[in-house]
Amino acid sequence: MRDRDATPKLDEVEVGRIFRQESGRSVAALIRVFGDIDLAEDAVQEAFAVALRKWPRDGPPPNPGGWITTTARNRALDRLRRESRGRQLLSEVAVLSPGDNDPVLPEEVGPVQDDRLRLIFTCCHPALSTEAQVALTLRLLGGLSTTEVARSFLVAEPTMAHRLVRAKRKIKAARIPYRVPQAHELPDRLRPVLAVVYLIYNAGQASPAEPGLRAEAIRLARILATLMPDEPEVAGLLALLLLTESRRASRLRPDGSLVLLGEQDRTQWDRALIEEGQAIIRRCLRRNQPGTYQLQAAINAVHADAATIEQTDWSQIVALYDHLLAVAPTPVVALNRAIAIGEVRGPAAALALVDELDLDNYHPFHATRADLLRRLGRNSEAAGAYQRAAELAPTDAERDFLKRRGRASR
Amino acid sequence: MGQYLLSVHWVAGEVREPMTDEEMQQSHKQLGILEEQMRSAGAWVFSGRLHEPDTATVVRVAEGEVVTTDGPFAESKEHLGGFYIIEAEDLDAALAWASKVTGAIKAPIEVRPFADTKA
Repeated sequence: MRDRDATPKLDEVEVGRIFRQESGRSVAALIRVFGDIDLAEDAVQEAFAVALRKWPRDGPPPNPGGWITTTARNRALDRLRRESRGRQLLSEVAVLSPGDNDPVLPEEVGPVQDDRLRLIFTCCHPALSTEAQVALTLRLLGGLSTTEVARSFLVAEPTMAHRLVRAKRKIKAARIPYRVPQAHELPDRLRPVLAVVYLIYNAGQASPAEPGLRAEAIRLARILATLMPDEPEVAGLLALLLLTESRRASRLRPDGSLVLLGEQDRTQWDRALIEEGQAIIRRCLRRNQPGTYQLQAAINAVHADAATIEQTDWSQIVALYDHLLAVAPTPVVALNRAIAIGEVRGPAAALALVDELDLDNYHPFHATRADLLRRLGRNSEAAGAYQRAAELAPTDAERDFLKRRGRASR
Repeated sequence: MGQYLLSVHWVAGEVREPMTDEEMQQSHKQLGILEEQMRSAGAWVFSGRLHEPDTATVVRVAEGEVVTTDGPFAESKEHLGGFYIIEAEDLDAALAWASKVTGAIKAPIEVRPFADTKA
């Protein structure tokens, strides 16, 4: 027996935190049972309202996730029984679970595939726009409110609400399936899923005011890695996020401008995240199916090994970039490879490669050129490149930083 | 099950490699085989190829009168060249048929669900 008085009481923030943690699983389970996203969302929302009343008084139930799913399911059933359309839907649902009047929940069926995996493949179906994929994933799997999703992407709330409504309508009308793709479809279908998680993380990096997005992306990547242990790119993405996250404390100056890798205070790097990321990447590279996320993670893992920028194993990094450029031949990858080559063969070799790239509107391109020109003693050209980089910089802090560099190189 | 419209879109004046007679025959043959596959899978409901849009006529009601005018309804570069109506389990199944059609016709295919089709 639990002692009521000794039960820790919760505040609303804590209830909200638990809910956000657990709601994705409940929403996913209910969508599978009822085949209706809106019904599942509303029911979980109602369960949240009940929890807000009960949990602060009674303490959380022993299995909050199970409680949310059961409460939400009962709410959904109540609603369906009240509505005539619902009674029809209910009779269809009953067909799926013969011998039982109530729809069966996955926990009772046994170890079936986690419903969250079905849900993320539906949210990230290629028939939906990237914006819709991101919004649906955060809303349904991440448990963010429409307001929070809108704020995270600097979109007006009505715009975001409309985007979500439209996407859900399309899923229903076009019958976007609620299932994990078959093995032969998986490579094509996994790509947008990983891209969405990476995009969520990068949105969190770009707006430090939204720390929730980075944590949410890592949480989603962890779920995916647990649910798809045989996909090396899934593990690669998780490792990449962990290794990137390990540097967060040294990434920005107090004014918000970016600190270059070589100038970061490496004592501030999070060793626990680095070790976890490195262990994952070592394991998945042994499978010898390298992809873009694994290779980027591997590059980050090599950087994380070096106590100082001078101790970096640059030839290893160049080799990894060669490989990355072969699988992802983009100018941005080529630019980063050129920087690594500059560390091995000197700034002149790097500049020759950089000058071949067509990245005139990309501010890191000009910042890189400026740095290489400065190291070659071509100071007036360097100043010009810093100027151009400053003009293209996305934030004031970044612009000021590049201008200071430009003045210093004169 | 739901029904989907797979519409074939041509873009007028678009510079395309003109098909040789042989390629044309090849494409027709592929489409014939594809339609046979659709029928035996129970997916085919109806299909048809349309004449050029300049053969179209529009009727509409204006001030209580029915007015008939020459030409297509929308003066656009893209026009409907033909279509399939298919029966499919879900969007993935419909997209799989559409991928085969676009492969044979070499024109973009729009996949659109019908409203209120019976299961």
